[in-house]
Amino acid sequence: MNLRRFALIAVPYIWLLALFLVPFLIVLKISLSDIALARPPYMPQLDLSAGWEGITSFFAALDFENFVFLTTDDLYWRAYLSSLQIAALSTFITLCIGYPIAYGMARAPLEWRATLLMLVILPFWTSFLIRVYAWMGILSNEGLLNQFLMWTGLISAPLTILNTNTAVYIGIVYTYLPFMILPIYAALEKMDESLLEAAEDLGCSRIQAFWLVTIPLSRNGIIAGCFLVFIPAIGEFVIPSLLGGSGTLMIGKVLWEEFFSNRDWPVASAVAIILLLILIIPIILFQRNEQKAREAEG
Amino acid sequence: MKTTVLSLTATLALTAAAVQAQEVRVYNWSDYIDEELLTQFEQETGIDLIYDVFDSNEVLETKMLAGGSGYDVVVPTGTFLQRQIQAGAFQPLDKSQLPNIDNMWDVVTDRTDVYDPGQEYAINYMWGTTGIGVNVDKVKEALGEDVAMNSWDLVFDPANMEKLASCGVHFLDAPAEMIPAALNYLGEDPDSHDPEVIARAMEVYEPIRGDIQKFHSSEYINALANGDICVAVGWSGDILQARDRAAEADNGVTVEYIIPKEGAQMWFDQMAIPVDAPNPEAAHTFLNFIMDAENMAAASNYVYYANGNKASQEYLNDDVIGDPAIYPDQETLDNLFTTTPYPPRVQRTVTRLWTEIKSGV
Repeated sequence: MNLRRFALIAVPYIWLLALFLVPFLIVLKISLSDIALARPPYMPQLDLSAGWEGITSFFAALDFENFVFLTTDDLYWRAYLSSLQIAALSTFITLCIGYPIAYGMARAPLEWRATLLMLVILPFWTSFLIRVYAWMGILSNEGLLNQFLMWTGLISAPLTILNTNTAVYIGIVYTYLPFMILPIYAALEKMDESLLEAAEDLGCSRIQAFWLVTIPLSRNGIIAGCFLVFIPAIGEFVIPSLLGGSGTLMIGKVLWEEFFSNRDWPVASAVAIILLLILIIPIILFQRNEQKAREAEG
Repeated sequence: MKTTVLSLTATLALTAAAVQAQEVRVYNWSDYIDEELLTQFEQETGIDLIYDVFDSNEVLETKMLAGGSGYDVVVPTGTFLQRQIQAGAFQPLDKSQLPNIDNMWDVVTDRTDVYDPGQEYAINYMWGTTGIGVNVDKVKEALGEDVAMNSWDLVFDPANMEKLASCGVHFLDAPAEMIPAALNYLGEDPDSHDPEVIARAMEVYEPIRGDIQKFHSSEYINALANGDICVAVGWSGDILQARDRAAEADNGVTVEYIIPKEGAQMWFDQMAIPVDAPNPEAAHTFLNFIMDAENMAAASNYVYYANGNKASQEYLNDDVIGDPAIYPDQETLDNLFTTTPYPPRVQRTVTRLWTEIKSGV
C-alpha cells in the first residue's frame, strides 16, 4: 500500500527531475563556465577521472561573470522587455479573438461541436513552418493581401507589413490561437446553463450574467489559455526571424546570435537562465496566490 | 538445412557490413552542386548519398563544436575551418585514399595554406568573391544612365542608397564579410582585429542601414532573378546563378556581377571530414570523386563558382573559365583580399556591432 502511494507521488517528481531540473542544472553549469576553443566550446569540463580533485577544481573555476556581463550591455534588457511586450500584447489579442470563438463553439448545437472542434485543430495537420511561410506569401509587397486591397481600391501603394513587428503579431496570434480557444472551450462547455437562468431570475441582465457568471466560471480556461500562449511566445524565434524585420528585437534572436554567431555558449546559457527566471518566478507567485485564495474559500 | 542457415548468416553479415559502409552524409551550402553529380556518385560507387544543405557558416560551426553531427563531409569557409581545426573538430585526411589530390591548383592551395597548411584536413571545393549584384536596368533608372557600377560607392555612398532604397537592396547577413568590406572601403586593413578599427565600420553603415531592405544570405538569388530587388551584396556564384535564372525565365531582368575596383574579399569553401564522422572511408571516396577533373568541372559549370582544381579547367565551359567575374584576371586577383578568424573577444565585438547595424540597438 505504502509502496503504491510512494510510486504514485514519485512519478510526477521523476518527470520534473528528468525533464526540467536536470536540463536546468546543465544549462546553469554552462552559464558559470568560460568560453574556450574546444569541443564543446567552454571550460572547465567536469573531469571525473581526476577524482575529488577534478571536482573541486571544476567548482573553483566557476563564476558569475557571464551574468555580470549581461548587465553591462543594454541590448539584453531591451530584448527581454521587447519580448515581454510582444508576448503580452499578442496574448491579449489572442484572448480577445479566441474567447468569442470558444464561446460560440460552446453555445453551438451539440451535433456541430465536434466539427467545430475539428476545424480549430485542423491547421495543426500542416507543418508550422509551412503555415508561417504561407504568411510571407500573403503579407509581402506583391502578396495576396496587398493585391486584394489594391484591387478594391482601398490603397494605391502596397502596405509594408512583412518584415515589421505587425507581421510578427499576426504570426504569433495566428499560430497560438488554438491554444487559447481549446482550454476556454473546455471550461465553457462544462458550464451548467441553468446558472445563467438562475442569474436572470435573480434580476441580472444577460450582459451582467455574462460578466458575473460566465467569465468567472471560465476563469481557469482563460488562465490556462494565456499561459499556453504567453510562455512560448516570449521565447519565440521562428516567427520573428521569418516575418520580422531587422528592427524586431526578441530574446530568442539574441539567444541565437550568442549561440551561433559568438559561439559563446556560457553567455547564451546565462541569457536562457534569466529568461527562465523571468517566466518562472511570476508563475510560482501567481500559483501560490491562487492556492491561498482557494484555501480561504475553504 | 545447414547450408541454408550458413548462407543466411553469411548474407546477414554481408548486409550488415554493406549497410554500414554504403552510406555517406554530406552537409553542403544550398544551391552549391549539380544534383546530377549526386546520382552519378551513387551509381559509380554504390554508396548511398544523403545530402543536406545549410546557408550559414555559424550554423555549421555550432554543429561541429557540439559534436555528434552525424555528417561525414562538411564544407566550412577557410576562416571557420581554421578555428574548427584548432578546436579539434576534424580528422586528418588519409591522402592514400585521395589519388585525385594531384589535380589541385597551387594558386588556390598556396592561399588556403593560411587556414590549413598542406591540405592536411581539407581540400578546396569552390572559391569566390563577395561583391555586388545589380539589376542593370533598374539601377540605371534609379541613378541615371552613366552611373559608374564598378565601385563600392554604389552601395556605400548614402546618396546612391537613398535612391536605390525604393527598388530594394539586400546585404549578406554575414558580419565576417560585410565588416571587412566596409573597412576596405574606408582604406583600413580589412583583416584588422583591432576593436577600434572594426568599430569604424559603423561610419559606413550608419547612414545607409535604413535603406537596406533585408540582411539575408540566400533569399537574394531569387529576389534578384525575379526583379524584386535591384541590388544585392552577395557571393559571386550566387549572383551569377541569379543572372542565369533571369536569362532562362526571359523576364526582362538583366543581372550582372561586379567585383568593385577598391577590391573585394576572396574566400575558400573547404571540404573536411568531422573527427567523429560515422563513415570516414566513404567520406574519402566522396572527396576523391569530387576532385575528379570532369566531376569538379561539371559542378563549376553548374553553379558558376571557380574551383581549386587545375585539371578540371580543360573541361570548364567558356562562360565559366572565360568570365573574369568567376576566374578574375591577374590585376583583379591582386586586388582581392583574404581574412583570418577573429579571436573570441573580437568576435563578440563584431557580432555586437553587426546587431547594432541591423537593428539599431
